[in-house]
Amino acid sequence: MQQEIVQTEPAGRLIEGGHTYESITHKIGSVVLSYKHPRAWYIVTAIAAVGVFTLITSIAWLLLRGVGIWGINQPVGWGFAIINFVWWIGIGHAGTLISAILLLLRQQWRTSINRFAEAMTIFAVMCAGMFPLLHVGRPWVAYWLLPIPNWTGAWPQFRSPLIWDVFAVTTYFTVSLLFWFTGLIPDFATLRDRAKKRIAQVIFGVLAMGWRNSAKHWHRYDAAYLLLAGLSTPLVVSVHSIVSLDFAVSLIPGWHTTIFPPYFVAGAIYSGFAMVLTLVIPIRAWYKMQDFLTMKHLDWMAKIMLATGLIVFYGYIMEMFTAFYSANQYEQYLVANRFFGPYAPYFWALLICNGLIPQVLWSPKVRQNVVLLFIIALIVNVGMWLERFVIVVTSLHRDFLPSSWGMYYPTVWDWGLYLGTIGFFTFMMFLFVRFVPMISIFEMRDLLHQTDRHHPAAATAAATPVAHTEVTP
Amino acid sequence: MDNKQHQPLNLEEIRKRLAQARGQQYWRSLEEIAESEEFQQILEKEFPRQSSPLGAFLHRRQFLKLMGASLALAGLTSCRPLSMRKIVPQVQQPEEMIPGKPLYFASAFSIGGYARGVLVESHEGRPTKIEGNAKHPASPGPGGVVNPQAPAQLNPDGTPKHIGATDAFTQASILTLYDPDRSQSPMYQGQLSAWTDFNAALAAEMAKQAAVRGAGLRILTENVTSPTLAALIQELLKKYPQAKWHQYEPTHNDNALEGAKIAFGTPVNTIYRFDRADVILSLDGDFLYSGPASVRYAHDYATRRQVRYGTTQMNRLYVVESTPTVTGSAADHRLPLRPSQIGAFALALAKAVGLPVSAPQLPAEQQRWVDAVARDLQAHRSRCVVVVGESQPPEIHALVHAINHALGNAGQTVVYTQPVEANPVNHTESLRDLVQDMAAGKVETLIILGGNPAYNAPADMEFARLLKELTQRNGFTVHLSQYEDETSALCLWHIPESHYLETWGDSRAFDGTVSIVQPLIEPLYPSRSAIELVDNLLGRQRNSYDIVQAYWSKQLGTANFQKAWRKALHDGVIAGTALPPRPVKMRLDAVASAAQKVSAPAEGLEIVLAPDPTVWDGRFANNGWLQELPKPLSHLTWDNAAFVSPATAQKMGLQMDTGGLANIVDVVELRYRGEKLRAPVWIMPGQPDDCVTLFLGYGRTRAGKVGTGIGYNAYKVRFSDALWTASGVTLVKTGERYPLASTQQHHSMHGRDLVHVGTLDEFRKDPKHLVKAAAHEEPLPTMYPEHTWEGNAWAMVIDTSLCIGCNACVTACQAENNIPIVGKEQVARGREMHWIRIDRYYEGGLDNPSTHLLPVPCMQCANAPCEPVCPVGATNHSEEGLNQMVYNRCVGTRYCSNNCPYKVRRFNFLKYNDPKEPVLQLLNNPDVTVRGRGVMEKCTYCVQRINAARIEAKKLGREIQDGEVITACQAACPTHAIIFGNMNDRQSLVAQLKQEPHHYGLLEELNTRPRTTYLAKVRNPNPELEGA
Repeated sequence: MQQEIVQTEPAGRLIEGGHTYESITHKIGSVVLSYKHPRAWYIVTAIAAVGVFTLITSIAWLLLRGVGIWGINQPVGWGFAIINFVWWIGIGHAGTLISAILLLLRQQWRTSINRFAEAMTIFAVMCAGMFPLLHVGRPWVAYWLLPIPNWTGAWPQFRSPLIWDVFAVTTYFTVSLLFWFTGLIPDFATLRDRAKKRIAQVIFGVLAMGWRNSAKHWHRYDAAYLLLAGLSTPLVVSVHSIVSLDFAVSLIPGWHTTIFPPYFVAGAIYSGFAMVLTLVIPIRAWYKMQDFLTMKHLDWMAKIMLATGLIVFYGYIMEMFTAFYSANQYEQYLVANRFFGPYAPYFWALLICNGLIPQVLWSPKVRQNVVLLFIIALIVNVGMWLERFVIVVTSLHRDFLPSSWGMYYPTVWDWGLYLGTIGFFTFMMFLFVRFVPMISIFEMRDLLHQTDRHHPAAATAAATPVAHTEVTP
Repeated sequence: MDNKQHQPLNLEEIRKRLAQARGQQYWRSLEEIAESEEFQQILEKEFPRQSSPLGAFLHRRQFLKLMGASLALAGLTSCRPLSMRKIVPQVQQPEEMIPGKPLYFASAFSIGGYARGVLVESHEGRPTKIEGNAKHPASPGPGGVVNPQAPAQLNPDGTPKHIGATDAFTQASILTLYDPDRSQSPMYQGQLSAWTDFNAALAAEMAKQAAVRGAGLRILTENVTSPTLAALIQELLKKYPQAKWHQYEPTHNDNALEGAKIAFGTPVNTIYRFDRADVILSLDGDFLYSGPASVRYAHDYATRRQVRYGTTQMNRLYVVESTPTVTGSAADHRLPLRPSQIGAFALALAKAVGLPVSAPQLPAEQQRWVDAVARDLQAHRSRCVVVVGESQPPEIHALVHAINHALGNAGQTVVYTQPVEANPVNHTESLRDLVQDMAAGKVETLIILGGNPAYNAPADMEFARLLKELTQRNGFTVHLSQYEDETSALCLWHIPESHYLETWGDSRAFDGTVSIVQPLIEPLYPSRSAIELVDNLLGRQRNSYDIVQAYWSKQLGTANFQKAWRKALHDGVIAGTALPPRPVKMRLDAVASAAQKVSAPAEGLEIVLAPDPTVWDGRFANNGWLQELPKPLSHLTWDNAAFVSPATAQKMGLQMDTGGLANIVDVVELRYRGEKLRAPVWIMPGQPDDCVTLFLGYGRTRAGKVGTGIGYNAYKVRFSDALWTASGVTLVKTGERYPLASTQQHHSMHGRDLVHVGTLDEFRKDPKHLVKAAAHEEPLPTMYPEHTWEGNAWAMVIDTSLCIGCNACVTACQAENNIPIVGKEQVARGREMHWIRIDRYYEGGLDNPSTHLLPVPCMQCANAPCEPVCPVGATNHSEEGLNQMVYNRCVGTRYCSNNCPYKVRRFNFLKYNDPKEPVLQLLNNPDVTVRGRGVMEKCTYCVQRINAARIEAKKLGREIQDGEVITACQAACPTHAIIFGNMNDRQSLVAQLKQEPHHYGLLEELNTRPRTTYLAKVRNPNPELEGA
């Protein structure tokens, strides 16, 4: 079994291009320390900055006028804000999965993408966190969702999934940030030592928190990192499970579904890997990081997408089956309405984007085609957004009493805030690429060491097969 | 001190100083006044702080420090300038005024001259809410089948006993009082002017007219039933014998009066007694919704439709109509006919009940109807009634009088009295006389008291043009009205008219009962009433109170006048003023010859012109509550549309796209007698084919900020010889499209058991059969231990058999609970704020579906799905079973609304309650929180009324009794379909109704355990027609 998997893998390696320890450090570190950046970086960052301004404008107008500037109404009380919240949270999941679970499972291939994916997690959770704060009617009292002791004795209502959300998301953000920062400390020290300018030395020096590369430091570091990985691991499952409970706990047909927690987690990882691919593919090309982000990485990420996509698709089928099997007229109407109602095009598009198109990933040729992979990743991103749209909007817009049925149409401000967060996310990602080592330098060196140990020829770029004991999942 | 010389007091000096003192001055000793040095020293010793700080030992540094500190402190005080205004407490508390406790005063609100009795709630001198006056014939209190178990369900200490039903117009009339667009000053040629100028100009003009005995003087009023106003006008006519009094009301019952003239030779007022009728047939008469007695009629009709406490008797209602109306939707059998077909139907019916008329051949279906209905009517002789609507011509009215006589209904279910109007004239003819005089140049002085004839006069009379010319010819034209409207703009003078809650007056109800119109508040703006202005015309300057009292002191006699007057004010009616039934003599031959004039059904397209169900003839165009009130059946807001039938729409290729934000509809152009009118269409199930219904009251050009420029003006195609219906109309599709905002987009129940419907026969056989689908003998299981509800357990039962969908509850709730209006664009987005809505579902084919209505307030579920999902606990349950909203705690996640299966929650998406005009703040009910932006709200079961009753009960040391708490919707409901009370009190009406076999809860299968529940709808169809 294990042997077969190894054999079906494309011939590839986790580090290519005959790198040495020094060349790895130089290759990754120089991106941060040099002033030369690809033109694409400037263009994308400029466009993203426009997005940030859009975000600021949308938020300002929202705070001035109220959530009525959006398209939400009776009966559709939640619209883009919640759709985008779930979408962004889902995107973040790939980062945690890669950094925590794959670390614990000792998957070496995670090394070159974990930093990147974790950064993505943090910025995605920032974007996600904005929405629940802004979507409430009175954002200035949103802090009432926190259990802050106060003289009125008023306390959050712990039966509400929204409170669970608050805990799940804040924990998730805190742990992800710590994990990311802890992982960065040795690299900050490297940059501190290599920086030529005083300002860079000071900033990286502060961020390195006195890292001196001593054995004691490494010992503590390993323990802390492993501990944080252990803390993060349940979060991969819990956060999106809890987000799914926002829906599953209610009694609205289409929401009141027990399959939601696993199906949401799978969907989150699915969309997370799609987003990693979406970002990694162009950046890898622009910064010429193909040596570290090899085709093998892309291939495995595509496989994970395929697997999680199938779980998600199974979720869709089970939802329909349950509606049929329950003989509940409201559930049955909901499924019929998804297929043939006014939002049917979105549902069909969702099935095509999430269910049908990703099936081409079965073909190794597709997985080896960077352009196709990029396109499929984008399609899955769109598909996962549509999935949340379908869940939120089609369930609410026609529930129990036909007299109250209505339609939801987003306004320009809905789009403004959504595109604004995409701009913000991209902006932050590109700043990250610019100012922080996008690949973990020390872990790559460690990886080189590990592969070196088993295959002394690796450092000299001989085409030796990969060690299957370490690599196979 | 010792070393100083003691100086003697200089008494002369002291005297001088005291003499110079201004105001009150207190002195402690002679030394003080003398300002002797010794005194200063004693003072210093005793109170060193009060001595001057700038003593000898003040150093430079200390001085600077002090100065600095003083400057800083001076700066602090300048932060908030303290205003120095005097306030005076209420030295003498007005009698019965307890701050925080409302008072109720009886008054009367009139539409078209006919009074509806009201009780107005007043908070510290500010009227806030209108209830019906149960003592008034037009606003009856609860009635009907009495619960045999319950003691008198009304409160012994009285408050709700007086509460009667109302209609939506009456409820909304209070908003007009506070309308910031009301006219606030006299206008001369469109410019602000002064009352003194007007008084002088009027006096000069009247002197001029006096010289010619009033030859050029014309008074144009609306319909006048007010005895005082009529007496003043008669006095004026005596003083100016050549002057003329004209009346014009666009929706007046001319046809009814002319019909009565044919049938009886004299105009009579017809009153129907639906409380005595077993079978009712209405020919295009919307008696449950329109007209001065609609609330009374709906009440009477409902008393014969209450299937409960073992009663299994019901009346049966047949409706033949040309537009789907409230009455039609309540009918057991409904036949849509074009207006011109109704004449033939009436003839056939007359023949079938044995009248000597010749009837045309009817289509088979109609003939089957006529036969069945005639048999049913004849089987219930003298216990049936045939009603005819104003839109039918006088001949049909006469024919229906004859039919009622033939069926023995006269004096039983149909009562005749003298006309209620002070001067019953044909309004169209009255206005025509005026217009002819204006055209002939005979009019010099035209005083228009109320109304808006420039807008609503028949198109062929060209009143607006003639009025403009008269004003341009230096005619003295005066318009008294609440708004500076289309007519005001064409007059020389516009005079602001007082609202009925600001001035004294009197008015008659549909049966002649007189009410004194009692003001609740001083006029908000200097204004006059019609009575005062006529008094001015007579050269006097009395105020309305003196005028009305002077008139009634003459009528009631001076002996006990003060007592009688106080009683009249207290009761809201003057006892014994209802007109007695008068005997009439049926002139069958005249009716028969008139019947020959009944025209044969017209070919081609016909139009029906109907007053709009919410803005009426246009007078409520600037009333936001009525604009946003979903119109019965169509649930359209903020616009009027042209109703066409589905088949006609299909034939003409007219589309109505529902499902979007608004209903995007085709615009048609209607051509009639050279006039063209563009109107958006509304495809209305149940509308007769080839018949377009247009609604009056829209297309106002000077209504105010709310009502100007919305809808189309149907008066443009209203001609004096075709006031209500017309044929020979062409309809052209323009290709234009127009958005309409409706509050309900889906009209089918989708096979869900929402309104349970059954026939009376089914009910008699097995009453439980009606609600079989919903019946759960055992409560559904729950994981948690069952909660026992002790003490008061508030609950509501709504009888779907009785709801007619008149919307009175919706407006009453809006007025009681400070519910904002949101505007057309927001309604189209689905953000209307009404706490109670009336769901309407159709059943059966498109051409003539049955209509089922379901009023939906909050269900106050015992297992409320909204509660556990709120992250901050802003919605929770009270011990008495109320699902309550804590507005201050709400952060606005809207999760509760999403999770509400009934979707009764309403959210302040924007700052809806933002009165830019401070005058609107006066309207707010002080007992109900005004909700801000971002807060969820919903029906509270009028918790403020529960709490008020609780306080009263506690003071008396007893429990709240059944009937003591009456919710706003319940109080307003004309059919008393809504019953509220404590279901733990086994004797209470609500508890009794919950025992009825046909009682059910909406979506009970979700185990929400709603406290608001329903009685299934029982129909009483005629087996002969059923299944047709």
